[in-house]
Amino acid sequence: MTDTGLPASVAALRRVREDPHRLGHRPHDGREPVRGIGMGTTGPAHKRIIVGYGFWIFLLSDIVMFSCFFAAFAVQRDATAGGPKMADIVDLQRVAIETAALLLSSYTCMLSFAATNVRNLLLTQVFLFLTGLLGLVFVLLEAWEFIDLANRGITPQRSGMLTAFFGLVGLHGVHVTAGGLWLATMMAQVQVKGFRRHIVHRLICFNLFWHALDIVWIGIFTVVYLIGSLS
Amino acid sequence: MLGKLGLSAIPWSQPIPLITSLAVMLILLGVLVLITVKGWWPYLWREWITSVDHKRIGVMYCLLGVVMLIRGFADAIMMRSQQALAIGGPGYLPPEHYDQVFSAHGTIMILFGAMPLVLGLMNFVVPLQLGVRDVAFPTFNSVGFWLTASAALLVNVSLFVGEFARTGWLPYPPLSETAYSPGVGVDYYLWAVQISGIGTLITGINIVTTVLKMRCHGMSYLRMPVFCWTALASCLLIVATFPILTATLAMLTLDRYVGWHYFTNTAGGNPMMFVNLVWAWGHPEVYILVLPAFGVFSEIFPTFSGKPLFGYRSMVVATLFICIVSMTVWLHHFFTMGAGAAVNTFFGISSSIIAVGTGVKIYNWIFTMYGGRVRFEVPMLWSMGFIFTFIIGGLTGVLLAVPPADFLTHNSMFLVAHFHNVIIGAVVFAIFAALEYWFPKAFGFRLDGRWGTAAFWFAFVGFWVTFAPLYILGLAGMTRRLQHINFPEWAPWLYVSAAGVVILILGVISQVLELVLSIRRRDQLRDTTGDPWDGRSLEWSTPSPPPFFNFAVMPNVEGEEAYWGIKLRAIETQQLSPEPNYQPIEMPLDSPVGFYTAFFSFVFGFAMIWYIWWLAIVALVAAFAGFVVFAWRDEHEFEVSVDEVARADRARREAREAILARLARQEAAP
Repeated sequence: MTDTGLPASVAALRRVREDPHRLGHRPHDGREPVRGIGMGTTGPAHKRIIVGYGFWIFLLSDIVMFSCFFAAFAVQRDATAGGPKMADIVDLQRVAIETAALLLSSYTCMLSFAATNVRNLLLTQVFLFLTGLLGLVFVLLEAWEFIDLANRGITPQRSGMLTAFFGLVGLHGVHVTAGGLWLATMMAQVQVKGFRRHIVHRLICFNLFWHALDIVWIGIFTVVYLIGSLS
Repeated sequence: MLGKLGLSAIPWSQPIPLITSLAVMLILLGVLVLITVKGWWPYLWREWITSVDHKRIGVMYCLLGVVMLIRGFADAIMMRSQQALAIGGPGYLPPEHYDQVFSAHGTIMILFGAMPLVLGLMNFVVPLQLGVRDVAFPTFNSVGFWLTASAALLVNVSLFVGEFARTGWLPYPPLSETAYSPGVGVDYYLWAVQISGIGTLITGINIVTTVLKMRCHGMSYLRMPVFCWTALASCLLIVATFPILTATLAMLTLDRYVGWHYFTNTAGGNPMMFVNLVWAWGHPEVYILVLPAFGVFSEIFPTFSGKPLFGYRSMVVATLFICIVSMTVWLHHFFTMGAGAAVNTFFGISSSIIAVGTGVKIYNWIFTMYGGRVRFEVPMLWSMGFIFTFIIGGLTGVLLAVPPADFLTHNSMFLVAHFHNVIIGAVVFAIFAALEYWFPKAFGFRLDGRWGTAAFWFAFVGFWVTFAPLYILGLAGMTRRLQHINFPEWAPWLYVSAAGVVILILGVISQVLELVLSIRRRDQLRDTTGDPWDGRSLEWSTPSPPPFFNFAVMPNVEGEEAYWGIKLRAIETQQLSPEPNYQPIEMPLDSPVGFYTAFFSFVFGFAMIWYIWWLAIVALVAAFAGFVVFAWRDEHEFEVSVDEVARADRARREAREAILARLARQEAAP
């Protein structure tokens, strides 16, 4: 506040004169917020906060997009058109390995960022590589699943249910693949340029992206595979 | 090699699109030749095409929007004249062409006319009002604009190469599925809207982050101008609902391209799922457009009434109320689906309740004028015309929100009249008010108000003459999108409506004349003060046009109506605040990445529409390569020297001191 240094009475008088109804002058819960995080009256946030925050907003929008595909799956779950049901196509064992690979990759991704935070290039690269490798295992298992189904004549063209199934799971697979491309680009950038400010910001965003894909996968694993295997 | 593309794609047998597109291409060619002959390319490339300045991008958005508004208006003229000429006869537009005209009209007006204008205004105004130097992600902002522009180009290419959708502005399946729309029209729609949707999402993320994380010192949420609040609410809606559009159109694309069954009427597809999903985006979209319009009026009423906005806090609450409730009303677009009494009741009530928030706003604007010194400048005329027009549009909307009444008026001309009443009455009026209001800030000279006044009156009267008859026709039972009319008793109203379009044409001409004449007289209309309207928010504290870094020193806000407080203090003490200690400023470097990405997005979209797979792959790879190359650069910012900052700010201070001296003389005079 601008009033510091003045006797309280003078400050109070001035506040009343400026704004008799105290509109828009109440500090947030009586404390001055921390500077640099863009809250209250403290001015613009640091670049790091802005980048991370903006990417969060993007992730939220991405999750809204996934939610539409979830909704389509919920609507079309029983629209089998006389074709196979969910229970006929779920191979829980393979999905369990897929899930394990993806969750583990989230862990290694987090370890890579811990290494970034202490500016350890070697460990950052090692854990990013492991993340990518586990992501590749996941994508390959998923591709194997799709090819397997296709060989049994189970394709999205067969029924509304299969359309919704392939659409939702495939969209996630496309995201993981795109994340893998991004990861490879990031590894090259970190190697060549080191931990510049912009590179670290991008690593923050990549981490957020990768963890968000995990969260979406937990939804798919539960709604599509676990509940699907019961029906 | 060229997929489905061949010489037969060009509409040789249809003179209207053929001649129009040839004329447009000639004009475009003329413009390109002129730019080349005059040697303007380096300037355009450096200062505009690669610019990441939010003001330049805002201006380019508005320019795109205005051109597309005129394009959409041409479609409107064709529709009104076709219906007036096709009473008991075929008219002059064959059905397959008329269907494309009304589909293109809706798509262009909403997504390529109104949206770019609203996004452009937010881009231009929000950082200036928040007292910051740019949006959160300036380069991304440029990418967003160019994606929207390339999508608009894609829509217009459909006029000459191929065809546009014949399905209405929202391509309802199963009509839009391959079985019933085998041509490329729907594909043009899908790829153009997808590309522009990504551009819109980018702007949404940008503005949300800017408002929530980048306000200048002292600018708490409740000190923000209402336009910033409405921009925030609108962009929150963009972030929350544009992904729904992306997902829905992606599903339709999968149906069309690879034979999936999301929305087909066979094999377990569900066409009504499309209708639900698309309106879960489509209704919030209306508020994405109209909330910033409300923000514009909330700036104009206080300025031209010489009073603070009445009920600032209730205005903020009403804005956020509308923002949230707008996501729970989508089903009122299809009460006739047969969802049952309980569901229809819920959506009927939630649709009616939105009128409460809007009503709060209307009263606030009226009370802002009450007791003020109202100046009837052009922006104020549009604003007052808006109150009158919008109230009637809102009331017919409440009528449509009652399910039993809606069963009678569903898809009738009554509905057409209603949504034009609210969209033209609020969004278009706000756009013209805003262009007049912020034009001097953007270009450094005012628009000559005389032709602007004429434009307002032509538009206002023309609007009512055009659309009031449609209400009557709707109640008489006329459905929308009729290519010919078999009821001669409707003829008088259709003729009146067509006459209204003539008045609207006069309005468009007046608006163009105002612009052209003002540009020619710009030296007399020059705004040297930076504050031509006696404004109240921070954008008026900068010179007109503002320097590219907006503020030499970041403002420190100490209350609501930030600039009004600074101005009063300066007038009271007869001096400006002491000259600050200037610091060098970091500004983002210009970048061609937006233009580059958009170019390849256009190629990708075009290739997908015509099934030219190799070209689509090439374009995707090129776009990705461009991103990698861009991400590789080391320098992202450059420094503006203290000298340059000081020079710009001292010039501004001189202008301000001149105002103070003038005001002192005026006060001293008897």
